Amino acid sequence: MQVLYGRHHVRVFRFGLRLVRDEQVAEDLISEVFLDVWRQAGKFEGRSAVSTWLLAITRFKALSVLRRRKDAELEDEAANAIEDTADDPEVATQKKDKGEALRKCLTGLSQDHREIVDLVYYHEKSVEEVAEIVGIPENTVKTRLFYARKKLAELLKAAGVERGWP
Amino acid sequence: MMALSKRMLEQEPSEIELLLPWHATGTLSARDARRVEEALARDPELAKQYAVIREEYAATVHLNESLGAPPPRAMLKLFAAIDAEPERKPSAWFTASSRISDFFASLSPRTLAWSAGVAVLALLLQAGAIAVIVAKNQPATYQTASLSANEPEQMTRALVPNAAPRARVPEAATPPRALVRFAPEARIADVTALLDLYRASIVDGAKGGMFRLQFGDRTMTKDEAAALLARLQKEKIVSLAVAAP
Repeated sequence: MQVLYGRHHVRVFRFGLRLVRDEQVAEDLISEVFLDVWRQAGKFEGRSAVSTWLLAITRFKALSVLRRRKDAELEDEAANAIEDTADDPEVATQKKDKGEALRKCLTGLSQDHREIVDLVYYHEKSVEEVAEIVGIPENTVKTRLFYARKKLAELLKAAGVERGWP
Repeated sequence: MMALSKRMLEQEPSEIELLLPWHATGTLSARDARRVEEALARDPELAKQYAVIREEYAATVHLNESLGAPPPRAMLKLFAAIDAEPERKPSAWFTASSRISDFFASLSPRTLAWSAGVAVLALLLQAGAIAVIVAKNQPATYQTASLSANEPEQMTRALVPNAAPRARVPEAATPPRALVRFAPEARIADVTALLDLYRASIVDGAKGGMFRLQFGDRTMTKDEAAALLARLQKEKIVSLAVAAP
């Protein structure tokens, strides 16, 4: 268990944190995830990578946490995140740091878009693995990432950053 | 192929276009990766979009890496919760196979392909070496060997002519255990590395800030156990280590 925890806790924490956007909640989340793993170790059938299994549990638990929050609170939070990006175009442009603007806009994506972007780019999951973690068909995985990227491009454009696509 | 680019701006994305992010992360099958490579070589608009995707990839990794790691108290909380659970043994299959499958999962398809190639080459070399050895030993006659229960020690002595008969040393009944308190500044990664290094597991957790560790899965002589404890006490992240039953 220590080895499993040592190897995966940072990525599980970061994935959870990107979903729930609260360090304390993310910290509680990883304890819950690994405790579940401890309880369900016998059920793991080895058909997917351990990291894929862990991320699927993390996602499930993060969504449960988010559901417990009020919808209104969530909407405010999402709106603020996007608003922040839009309020800040001059700073981003002044610094001419496309990377910084990109990172800021990545935090402004919706939860559905954030998780798919993270799973593909950061956790380097294949189409099949993302489909397994998120519980959607493989074709939906591909199109969802495409539209997440389009949304990202829109946010960047609103922040004054043109990248030549789309 | 330019038609493909026009379509990507005006209509639904093409199949190749949808695969670009996975091509950037190297998680496509060899067949799909080849298709994407060919399309990229033909279509400058697609190549332009691919460059944008590589920027997104780098920014996402940068963003996630900047999120830091959970504090050590998260691990302590987890193991305290596990201690409170009814005792259960994770299946041997899980512990062994999870390490193996996870190792392979951590490799990108490209690395995996290279590793497989190297492994095949090693197998071929090994097969060649065995064939040479067998060919050299061809005249040897077929023999069988048997060993009675009281022969191993004699055999060892025969192999090492000057070796003195080994004195039997008294052994402890179980693998050695110790109560350990980690330094407050110890990070989870340090603790995990230490547990790996000493092949130790936590058998009892965080009571008064002390962990009961068990070392390895075999018994040790008193001298071996004392040496191990002395080594443990010198570790930077260990503030206290005492032998425990």
